[in-house]
Amino acid sequence: MSLSSARPLAPARWIGIPMLQVVFWTLIFAIPFRVFSLQLPEPVFCMVPVFAWAVIRPSILAPFAILILGAFLDLYWGGPMGLWAVSLLIAYGTTLASRSMMVGQNRAMMWGWFAVSCAVAMVSGFLLTRLDAKASPSLIAVAWQFLATILLYPFAHRLVDRFEDADVRFR
Amino acid sequence: MSFRDSPFGEVKVPLAWMAAVAVIVAIVVAIALLVSDRRETFKTEAYGVTREVTDMVATPVSGAVAAPGRWSGLAMENVQAYFFAVSENRRLKKELKEALQWRDVAIALKDTNQRYEALMGLKTDPPIVMVDARSVTDSRGPFANTRLVNAGKERGVKPGNPVMSENGLVGRIIGVTTNASRVLLLTDIASRTPVMIDRTNARAVLTGDGGPNPKLEYLRGRNPVKSGDRILTSGDGGVLPRGLPVGTAVKGLDGRWRVILASDTAPIDFVRILLFEDFSQLAAEQQKELDAMEVPAPSEATAQQLQAVLKARAAIPGAAVPVAAPPSSVTAPRTITTTSAAPAMRASPPRRPAARKPAASKPVVASSPAPTPAPAAPPPPSAEVPF
Repeated sequence: MSLSSARPLAPARWIGIPMLQVVFWTLIFAIPFRVFSLQLPEPVFCMVPVFAWAVIRPSILAPFAILILGAFLDLYWGGPMGLWAVSLLIAYGTTLASRSMMVGQNRAMMWGWFAVSCAVAMVSGFLLTRLDAKASPSLIAVAWQFLATILLYPFAHRLVDRFEDADVRFR
Repeated sequence: MSFRDSPFGEVKVPLAWMAAVAVIVAIVVAIALLVSDRRETFKTEAYGVTREVTDMVATPVSGAVAAPGRWSGLAMENVQAYFFAVSENRRLKKELKEALQWRDVAIALKDTNQRYEALMGLKTDPPIVMVDARSVTDSRGPFANTRLVNAGKERGVKPGNPVMSENGLVGRIIGVTTNASRVLLLTDIASRTPVMIDRTNARAVLTGDGGPNPKLEYLRGRNPVKSGDRILTSGDGGVLPRGLPVGTAVKGLDGRWRVILASDTAPIDFVRILLFEDFSQLAAEQQKELDAMEVPAPSEATAQQLQAVLKARAAIPGAAVPVAAPPSSVTAPRTITTTSAAPAMRASPPRRPAARKPAASKPVVASSPAPTPAPAAPPPPSAEVPF
């Protein structure tokens, strides 16, 4: 297994375009819009590529793309700089480490794995926020964001389906 | 020369290990960012150039993205207004009837209040200048609750300025750049706001936790709050003005006292930024207002009275003759106020008039309740001439 023998998988296709899509949907869901006094949910769209990139194949570029996405979330949402970057990277690392257990499982199981990955990111965010702000975030608010995020699995599934077979060495 | 043709083309690199190293390096960079973050400080330089540039770029982009949502919201409001016009009309008539009764009460109370202010020489805070802005983004997750609004440095906005909606306090400014400002909402986990319970005057600190209802912490006293109590800013610490509406107290499911925010009752699309920094700013404004007042020159009778006092003082053997500076336009009326209206308070420094009352409309000399009696006998040696 080496870089020299890697089959070309254009980074722009499986990393660049999903990044842009995630940024776009994050912008859309951050608009101050209410319908009948109800706000839009705030899912973490970045969890879709974070999970899918780890499942598709190990990559050197993906962690840095996640770092950029995390920094974008922190800057755009106005949170502490680095909070989402660390949380997403921990979730990515965990998914990457348990990748061999996930590959080849059915959709429902993969959805479960996606939920685990999201939970890792949320718990990391929760603990880091406790350290940073010296206060405990509302568990209900964390749960709502977790629920809104795990509903995004179909998009992750689509991304995995599209690029899973692009590099046969990692099937 | 392509990579494969180069001498390094045959170097075998284990990709899985390299990916793991990349993850670790990225995590280290992210932790360094997190440790170096100083978001909550009120200092402009702590906000950072990166955040400023992001806000500057994000504001027009998000404004454009949010425009269809805003238009559709307005359209829905119009549709609602059309279908519920009759019931709305009934409700408004009822409210108007009540409001007219309240107006009469308010006029009477205002008059009483003005008299008390005049009697006590109370210094009331001058009105605070406000800037209108539109909210363009809204982050409402558990770890960050902020908004980006489209007014920045060019309109005088500064970090620390309080932000209000039409219903109540929303938060405060934590970052400012050209054409954009970042508002830290009351619900953010980093938000701490000194508040008071209107009914009991008890103090507390409103602490955000990422949820919709922030907590009331550090409550003191026995039963200082009960459900439905109105919560206002206390002004303690001088960061926020006193008396801004915050919300209503309610007992949370976790047994803690929480606040249903007044600003949450309607969409926070337009906000008002109060250009308030701290209480020294109010004092400076009051001083500026006082300096700008026109004080009437002393009348003939007043000048004669002053001369008489000075002569009497000079006639006392051993008493130091005060420096007979010509009565300036400022000192003379003050003397008259303390001598005539409050003779018992001669030793205390003369009070300034209330800041909200312009001197031109109510000159000090004219508002004296009784004419100043001319001194029939020379004052005792211990008496002080209050100027």
